[in-house]
Amino acid sequence: MFSSTVLKLDAAAETARIAEAIRGQVRSLRKRGAVLGLSGGIDSSVVAALCARALGKDKVLGLFMPEHHSSDDSLALGRMVAEAIGVEAIVENISPALEGAGCYRRQEEAIRQVVPEYGPGWKCKLIMPSILESERLNMTQLTVQSPANDSRTVRLTAQAYLQLVAATNFKQRIRKMTEYYHADRLNYAVAGTPNRLEYDQGFFVKQGDGAADFKPIAHLYKTQVYQLAEYLEIPEEIRKRPPTTDTFSMPQTQEEFYFALPYARMDLCLYAHNHDVPAAEVAGHVDLTAEQVERVYRDIEAKRRATRYLHATPLLVEPVSELSAGSTAAGS
Amino acid sequence: MSIDGRIQDFIRQNFLFGSDDKIGENDSLLDRGIIDSTGAMELVSFLENEFSIEVGDRDLVPENLDSVAAITAFVMRKTAEKQQPIDAIRAIG
Repeated sequence: MFSSTVLKLDAAAETARIAEAIRGQVRSLRKRGAVLGLSGGIDSSVVAALCARALGKDKVLGLFMPEHHSSDDSLALGRMVAEAIGVEAIVENISPALEGAGCYRRQEEAIRQVVPEYGPGWKCKLIMPSILESERLNMTQLTVQSPANDSRTVRLTAQAYLQLVAATNFKQRIRKMTEYYHADRLNYAVAGTPNRLEYDQGFFVKQGDGAADFKPIAHLYKTQVYQLAEYLEIPEEIRKRPPTTDTFSMPQTQEEFYFALPYARMDLCLYAHNHDVPAAEVAGHVDLTAEQVERVYRDIEAKRRATRYLHATPLLVEPVSELSAGSTAAGS
Repeated sequence: MSIDGRIQDFIRQNFLFGSDDKIGENDSLLDRGIIDSTGAMELVSFLENEFSIEVGDRDLVPENLDSVAAITAFVMRKTAEKQQPIDAIRAIG
């Protein structure tokens, strides 16, 4: 029977289960510890705490990777978490790497295709119009803010949109390169930090934050990640902080960028959809009409279809069977 | 070439690598995975340039853009709307 408490879990038992899984996975990878990016957000905080429990605090390295557009409090919150958990963490400012790769220049070039006056002092974010008010296609729009604080929202051409996203993706990919640098030098595994909603709905960058050796909370709804965060005594300031993308120069919530609803309601809809719960039964629990829930269900499927590519492993002409799981070929 | 023919041709050349696979005029382009949100942006640009119409934000819904038949009807409606003021001016003249 569906209810708004279906996502309640036994935090102690789940923590123990995940810790055991992490130990087994890192051992199977023949690695000595774990590296992860610490953003000051709830997901990376919980993953850091789980890794510390599983492997020992001295076997976990956290990385703070700020850049020009990072929010002011990310670094402070990241340090707070590292200190609370007791793991080593270092700062790797990725702005020079992003400058060198042309990230910021390419972003501005893309934006100027639709806002010719965009330049120094301007800010922006991508948003997706709500599907709750009406059926609509998932077409992202750009909000810009001038140095005089005037804002407007414009439609993007496909070319401008693709270039802006491609340039922005440098951030996640350079962060992941940095994580793998430290993982390689320490012989550690890289821990990914997506929760179930992000993983399921393709809210990650291919070979960016989507890349990892293990992903200990990808099976957990974000609501459940918060339950573990409380159990693991993640600082309250982090537990109370609204989820943010921390990607664009304007503050941006995850639901205005990608998800149809705030995470708590989105989790319930995702759970209900996964368990074939009729929309009418869910509606009252998420403060929506049945028709709106049906739109959310369709949106979930649309995003799964659109982001299948992000999960796909390289396509081969024919399988290389010697490398299948469990192979004991010499030299492996 | 007819409106629906030009639309079919655009879809085939840009999303199907020129394949001869038939697209049913009422097939859902989204459900068949032929276009996604980025493809929809490209489609909108094509319609505006090819047929000299303006696609407003409120027009960005599946009932206008999710099948060849729907797109064709949408283009014809938009073209007729554009023609009405011109006809009115001509009538006065």
